[in-house]
Amino acid sequence: MSAGDLVLRTEGLGKSFTLHLQGGVRIPVLDGVALALRAGECVVLSGPSGAGKSTLLRTIYGNYRAESGSILLRHRGAWLDLATAGPRTVLEVRRDTLGYVSQFLRVVPRVSALCIVAEALTARGVGTEEARAGARAMLLQLHVPERLHALPPATFSGGEQQRVNLARGFLGRHPILLLDEPTASLDAANRAVVVGLVRAAKARGVAVLGIVHDADTRDAIADRLFPVTPLQDAA
Amino acid sequence: MSPDALLSARGLRLSFGRIDALDGVDAEVFPGEVLAVVGESGSGKTTLLHALSGAMCPDAGAVSYRGPDGAVQDVHRMPAPALRALHRSDWGTVHQDPRQSLRMAVSAGGNVGERLMAQGARHYGDIRAAAIDWLREVEIAADRVDDLPRTFSGGMLQRLQIARTLVTQPRLVFMDEPTGGLDVSVQARLLDLIRGLVARLGVAVVLVTHDIAVARLLARRIVVMRAGRVVETGLTDQVLDDPQHPYTQLLVSSVLHA
Repeated sequence: MSAGDLVLRTEGLGKSFTLHLQGGVRIPVLDGVALALRAGECVVLSGPSGAGKSTLLRTIYGNYRAESGSILLRHRGAWLDLATAGPRTVLEVRRDTLGYVSQFLRVVPRVSALCIVAEALTARGVGTEEARAGARAMLLQLHVPERLHALPPATFSGGEQQRVNLARGFLGRHPILLLDEPTASLDAANRAVVVGLVRAAKARGVAVLGIVHDADTRDAIADRLFPVTPLQDAA
Repeated sequence: MSPDALLSARGLRLSFGRIDALDGVDAEVFPGEVLAVVGESGSGKTTLLHALSGAMCPDAGAVSYRGPDGAVQDVHRMPAPALRALHRSDWGTVHQDPRQSLRMAVSAGGNVGERLMAQGARHYGDIRAAAIDWLREVEIAADRVDDLPRTFSGGMLQRLQIARTLVTQPRLVFMDEPTGGLDVSVQARLLDLIRGLVARLGVAVVLVTHDIAVARLLARRIVVMRAGRVVETGLTDQVLDDPQHPYTQLLVSSVLHA
């Protein structure tokens, strides 16, 4: 994949939530979203809180089910529509092509920070030793001290957990990376590390789509902004 | 049956009197995946497990299993000895109550070794060594190999049952509420153990649970059952984070968060 090639494109993407327990209220969030993302660029979603930025990111990842439209993505050299792909295809895309750093780390009891991060590589068949070495280096780069590596992150601070999450996200080396508020709970030094990681990823040709509220970080990584407007306002 | 599926069920129906325990259920299990089947008591999830494993014969529909040689067999039309042989080798079962599959009057090592012997292993030293390896694998100290299961705690018994099941390196394991009735700390340890072993051995698991947190932790795909029907199925995280069916929404919203 060379820089500038289109890697992700949504067409007419729509999403609403129907709350059956609240009398079937339907809440429309996305309608007709047409977004294009190219290799080596970073696009940041902009718009007020509640506009649907996270919903858009989660729908692209398949965490939310797309209601209408398509999510076309380059996977192993071919285009694929994630909106209609079966669960096993989505899992394969997540393993090899589409990475996602959520706002919060979902901690698993008893699993160490190092294992959580290394799993990004072992899931793709990389040997345990190599994966652990990569995980260790990535954690150190994100200033997670070695004494924490063997511990499960349940007792870590919010910022430490988020750095474990980021280490896992960046170690996977997916060609497309989705970032949901990656720097929200980080201090300035760690925000700078994240900026460095995003820039290095872009230089490798990774396409990055993110939500970043911190203006300095956004300005440092974004090539352009993609506005997401609340549907109520647009109507 | 999908070309790469390990187990496939089509149109399963089973009634107990006037109750439809299974009312037209389709399901597929693929190699190396954990498929969670969730739902409340009486939803038919355990009946589905029994129908898949051949323990209960459905009134209609069929279950197909693809063996290591690629040949597809109809689970409910297989001769009984062939089905028993399958359960001793390619398949394993983890019951909620480990006493259902363990022999309480036989030592821990004997319980694990027995499954190897059923497969034809005869060398005592090898069997004992394999049993000790597997006890260690499930975090039971090697010096407990000659102890009777009745001296074990509930969590240890469950780990012993898992060792007994996995020692023959099955391709498919049926688990019915494997962490039910255990203290939460014991449950966390067991979940972690199952998660690690399943990933490392590449074994496929059909996991029946009423606990959606367990389903989320172990399974990438999920089936939600209610009144004998599959009301929703798909990626575990998508079904639990963006449930479409009213019943799934109720199930997800009813979970207490500590």
